[in-house]
Amino acid sequence: MSATASTQLAVHVRAVSKTFGTGEAAVPALKGVDFNARQGELLMIVGPSGCGKTTLLSVIAGTLNFDGGEIDVFGSPLHRMKPRDITEFRKSHVGFIFQQFNLIPTLSCIENVSVPLLINGASRRVAEQKAEAMLDQLGLPGRGHERPTNLSGGQQQRVAIARALVHEPRLVICDEPTSALDKDTGGHIMDLLRDVARHPDRSVIVVTHDNRIFKYADRLTEMEDGRVQRVHDQAGNPDLSE
Amino acid sequence: MYHLALKMLLGDRAKYAMLVGGLTFATMLMTQQSAVFCGILKWTTSHMSNMRAQLWVVDRNVQQANELKALRDTDVNRVRSVTGVAWAMPLYITIQSAKLADGNFKPILLVGLDNTTLVGRPPVIVHGRLEDMRLPNSIILDELGIKRLSVGRAKPLGLGDTFELNDKEARIVGICRADRHFFGYPYAYATYTQALQFAPKQRKMLSLVLAEPAPGWTPERAAKQIQAETGMKAYTEDELFWATIWWHFRNTGIPIAFISIIVLGFIVGTTISGQTFYAFVHENLRHLGALKAMGASNALLARMLLVQSLTVGFLGYGIGALLVTAFGHAVLGRGEPPFMLPWQLPAMTFAIVMGICCFSAMLGIRKVWKVEPAIVFRG
Repeated sequence: MSATASTQLAVHVRAVSKTFGTGEAAVPALKGVDFNARQGELLMIVGPSGCGKTTLLSVIAGTLNFDGGEIDVFGSPLHRMKPRDITEFRKSHVGFIFQQFNLIPTLSCIENVSVPLLINGASRRVAEQKAEAMLDQLGLPGRGHERPTNLSGGQQQRVAIARALVHEPRLVICDEPTSALDKDTGGHIMDLLRDVARHPDRSVIVVTHDNRIFKYADRLTEMEDGRVQRVHDQAGNPDLSE
Repeated sequence: MYHLALKMLLGDRAKYAMLVGGLTFATMLMTQQSAVFCGILKWTTSHMSNMRAQLWVVDRNVQQANELKALRDTDVNRVRSVTGVAWAMPLYITIQSAKLADGNFKPILLVGLDNTTLVGRPPVIVHGRLEDMRLPNSIILDELGIKRLSVGRAKPLGLGDTFELNDKEARIVGICRADRHFFGYPYAYATYTQALQFAPKQRKMLSLVLAEPAPGWTPERAAKQIQAETGMKAYTEDELFWATIWWHFRNTGIPIAFISIIVLGFIVGTTISGQTFYAFVHENLRHLGALKAMGASNALLARMLLVQSLTVGFLGYGIGALLVTAFGHAVLGRGEPPFMLPWQLPAMTFAIVMGICCFSAMLGIRKVWKVEPAIVFRG
């Protein structure tokens, strides 16, 4: 556990299930998952393709409905919230980092980063000032007015991280953040995410199957066949509190 | 967010150009063809604008202004005797052949006006004096007639020049400006007596009677009274105008031809715009899904798509309307093809183009509405 990780829960998942399709075509993706993420930690969800890790990430982020169970994120019970409230919750409390960055190519880096602030109702001027400051903070000074396509993969992912953090969310969700990057760049990005996680009131959840970055995790949650198999630290010591 | 929506749209230059181009084309096709159609219909009512009278009394079987049936000479006095009629004057309209300098013939519309009052006179005299029409063998010719009958001459016809009208010499004493007739014939005005001399003799020569209601009588009431007392058909100017328009609407293929092209413009605009905008949304679905994941509501995304769609709509309409205006300006100077652009036409086209844009936006909104934000997590 990192120095800033606390025992306070950021995300508490209890017996969550999710099935795609119906009847004979039904595919159970989550089968009664129990799972916790703590404040101030970087937690990785790992496992083979199709084990349900992205589905779990989606339901925690509030981007996908689930069939049963309960999810509390920083005390907000997603299982009891209406879709509109979940959208509001995502808007102010969740930051997203995607595998393919998902930056809008026709907008400048500053404009891309300012999107969450604009969605939250900030004025254009304030949003762009904050976006530029965030890009400076993440090592991209003077690149704000460039299009993302003019930047390297690592730089694009930094822009994506800036976009995920600019509105100061408490939960940062990362889906395969290094899969489109080379080893060194991926390492730099993970250093950055670990720094992001060292905030006592924040939690970073990373879904990955890239074992080169497992060392950056405070804890690892292994999934298989829609269930959590094991929770342990980098050394492989089981987390007995789970 | 709306400025970002516009930047997203402008960033995809090919689709942006396609959308604006499609809507410009649709606007042009719909507005220009409607204006030409209105212009043609306006030409069918040129008698009314060139002879102006509040009441038009014709044979009871006459349905429109271009198909007259001759009346008896005494019918003008019968109209004069009707209560509610202030005055009534005879009018003679006939198509006659004018001989050109090169030996060819051109048809002209010869109008015979009451000798004394000259009721039904041309609306604008450009050269000469109206009163000179009473001189022997005199006529006033419209500008189109001057142009048509000058063919084969060293210089255009002018005041004092003569030409052969139905084998009789006609002297031009005035040049007037008149609205074009549906058949494209020039207007030539003469006194009633003179016109009868130019035209071959027939049993009945009176074409119609122009009249005005007596003080205190509305044209509608006076028309009813004329019909009741004489058995002839009396139209107010407005009634004859619309009767003529609707007659051509019902009895010619012109509306179908024009409406087909106008509908084609609508279909082309809808198809190009709808398909291109849908493709634009489809290509940006992942980004729109990301916005949704970040907390953008369906309503916000719908408004963004509407802003994008309506922006290209305004631009396409604006450019299209500008081009139609330039076309109208050019053809009105030449006098053909017919062109009439009442404000209702561009307003109607604007509404249709905005409708097309809303439809296109709806296609995209429907797509975005259904997208789960979790789409962004799928590789």
